[in-house]
Formats: sequence, structure tokens, C-alpha cells
Amino acid sequence: MSETIKTDCLIIGGGPVGLFAVFELGILGLDSHVVDNLDKIGGQCAELYPDKPIYDIPALPECTGLSLIENLQKQIKPFNTPFHLNERINEISNHENVWKLKTSSNKVFETPNIFIAGGVGSFEPRKPPIENVSKYENKGIQYSIPDKNYYSNKKIIIFGGGDSALDWTVELSKIASHITLVHRRDEFKAANHTVSLMKKLVKEGKVDLITKNQISDVQGSDRVERAIIKDNDGNEKSLDCDEILIFYGLKMELGPINDWGLNLNAKQIEVNTENFETNLAGVFAMGDISYYPGKLKLILSGFHEAALAAQKAFVRARPDETLTFRYTTSSSDIQKKLGVK
Amino acid sequence: MAKIKYIELDGKEHEIEVSNGLTVMEGAIKNKIPGIDADCGGACACATCHVYVADEWINKLPKKDDSEEDMLDFAFEVKESSRLSCQITVSDELDGLIVKMPEKQF
Repeated sequence: MSETIKTDCLIIGGGPVGLFAVFELGILGLDSHVVDNLDKIGGQCAELYPDKPIYDIPALPECTGLSLIENLQKQIKPFNTPFHLNERINEISNHENVWKLKTSSNKVFETPNIFIAGGVGSFEPRKPPIENVSKYENKGIQYSIPDKNYYSNKKIIIFGGGDSALDWTVELSKIASHITLVHRRDEFKAANHTVSLMKKLVKEGKVDLITKNQISDVQGSDRVERAIIKDNDGNEKSLDCDEILIFYGLKMELGPINDWGLNLNAKQIEVNTENFETNLAGVFAMGDISYYPGKLKLILSGFHEAALAAQKAFVRARPDETLTFRYTTSSSDIQKKLGVK
Repeated sequence: MAKIKYIELDGKEHEIEVSNGLTVMEGAIKNKIPGIDADCGGACACATCHVYVADEWINKLPKKDDSEEDMLDFAFEVKESSRLSCQITVSDELDGLIVKMPEKQF
């Protein structure tokens, strides 16, 4: 097991609110680590709407999801905060008022404070609700490709019509023995360039394209051996294969957070509005994932919540020190922390 | 105001008066009708408010825009009658609308 990482605050979620929490903790002199299940910083802003405009960030009349994240990263640069991407916190436990957390890759953190800024939960692949699909998961059915060489000389069926489905159809066509791409309609929601590449491969006979069909079942013995697809009139057809790749995008799930003993309100975590602490001392929730009467799921609300939670986090991390409130405009101490003085 | 009938998978019917301007999804969520999840809150970003509209309503509703059609790629068992209920805004013309919930939201 790797060595334990000690920090003043472990932040779950690298979206805008998690990033601003780094700032609010940082100017109080608290260090933090950020863990996020995605492969990039920015949460929904980066994953769901990088190019879509946002008009309700105070003093920013217009920005995009991506530019907001870039600016926040610039704002927290002085703190050199470590990010642990592609990792999810699976377990938390408490020992004498210190939280111990374990990630999906077995990293262990010890901290007095946990900030859950997890948006609507972690992004997980969208899986068809078919019993056999879960049965053959990792036995021929995958939702992502860690090592493409695994697919050389394999007979593959790819489901989906977005960027991932098309990028991998094009890429794997170079090494696979056979590829069939199945999509529910004739239009594709992928980059035009990739769509043309795919259509060229179809013309050359290197890829079979089946549209207006959807996955209906999968079958096999120890491993998956065929997919059953269904057209719009309900006619079924069986396709033999070695491997199935399903690219139906990502979905947000609360995941392990469900089991941590937090008071939940539907898919949100209940907090108080004084310091956004949950029913567990030292565990705070902010941004879209938090719930209190009157809650609005706005980025600006998350910023406020992070600022107040940081105050309480200080008390827990530095029980022997007194916190004096200071403005960034006039505090030479804060300006030193930000590296501007 | 429109009276909308939501039918659960097991056939249980909920007839609800929904105010103009709300979406069919919001009508379901406000009245705690099971079968519509609406994870993203109506931003057309998740496809978990998928419904089937009754056949006679398919052509009476305002047409799907591209973002709804794209997002339906992520719904399960999509049919000609499939819609995302967050993209249907309620008006007087929708009085009598019938929507059925799918077997599962993806």
C-alpha cells in the first residue's frame, strides 16, 4: 500500500466549486488535495458544456465552461495543489476525528476535513439496462479502452454514434479483424471529419455500418459471443463477435457517497447553511450536490458555500489558532500567499 | 393549463393539471411521479426524462430540435414516439396529452 497522504482538506470533485474551495482554503493557509473521477479538471463545465456560454457568473458578463475553469486554475496556481484524476474515493472512515479516505487506486488520505464538491456525482459510463450486459461486463463487454492493442485481430461490435464510438471505429479498424458499428439513426453526433473517415471505411468494406438498430440483448457462454440487435419495427438480428464496445456517453451517479452515512435528500446531501457541514462532523458538501431549503444549483452559490465551509475547516485543521477574517485587498499576509507581494 | 396523463410502466395512471410554461418533466417531478429521473434538471444533458408520447400526439407536439435528437442517442429503447419530457413545454394545446414511462431510464 502506498504511504498515507496527510492534508488539511481533501476535496472531492474538480469542478468550479472544488477549484474555488482550493482558493478559499489556500488564503486561510490550508493546503488541499483534489480527487476527481474524470480524466480532466473542470467537472461538468469541461465534460458537458466546455463551449456553451455562461452568463450568470458575477462580474463575468459572458464566459464558456472551459474559460471559467481556465481562469479558476489560474486563480489557484499559487497554491500548487495536487490533483488526483481518474480516481474516485471509495471508502471513508473516521478515527478520533480524523477522516481516512481510500481511492479507487488505493491511495490513502488522512485529513480533518472532507469537502464534497461532486456536482451530481461521479461520471460513469451509461450502461444498457439489460441483465446479460452486466453479466458479460469485462467478459467481452467494455465501456472504455485502456489498451487498444488488446483489440488486434478481434471481431468487434461498437454501439453508439458519438465521438467515442466513431473515433474508436476509425482507430480500431486499423488493427481489428472486423468491425461492425451499430447506431440508432443515420445521423451521428461526432466531429464531421471523423464521420467522413468512418463512411470512407464503410465504402472500402473495412467497417460494417448498421443504422436504425439498437442493442436488444447479448449472449454467450463464459464470454460474450454475440449481440442481438433490433430495428425500429422490432425485427431482431444476431451478430457474432469477440468483443463489444458500448459508447453511450456518461451518466452522473452518486456512487459510493450513498453509503457513507450522510443524510440525503433525493440525490443531494443535506447541509446546514452556516458552514455547509453535513451530519458528519468535518464532512462538508457544496455546489450542486448540497441541499438546504432554498438551494439553487448555481455556480455562484457553490462559490459562497465553499468560502463559508473553509472557515469551519480552518477551526478543525488548526484548533489552537485563532482565525481572523481578512480581505484580499488589504491583507499583506494573503497577498504573500498569493505570491503578489 | 393542460391536463396530462402520465402512465407508469405497470399501467398506473396519474392525471395531473400542469401549468403553462412548465415542462412535461417538471410536471412529473413536482408531483413526484415515479419513472422520470431528470438527473440534469432540464438542461437537455442526460436523457433520463425519456417518455413515449401516445401515437396520436407524435405529430401534434412541437418538433424535436437537434440537441434533443442527439441526446436521445443516450436513452434506452428509443422509438418513433420517444421524447425527452424536459423539452416539451406545456401550453393549452397540450390538454389531454398522454405520456408513457419507459422500462428504465438509462
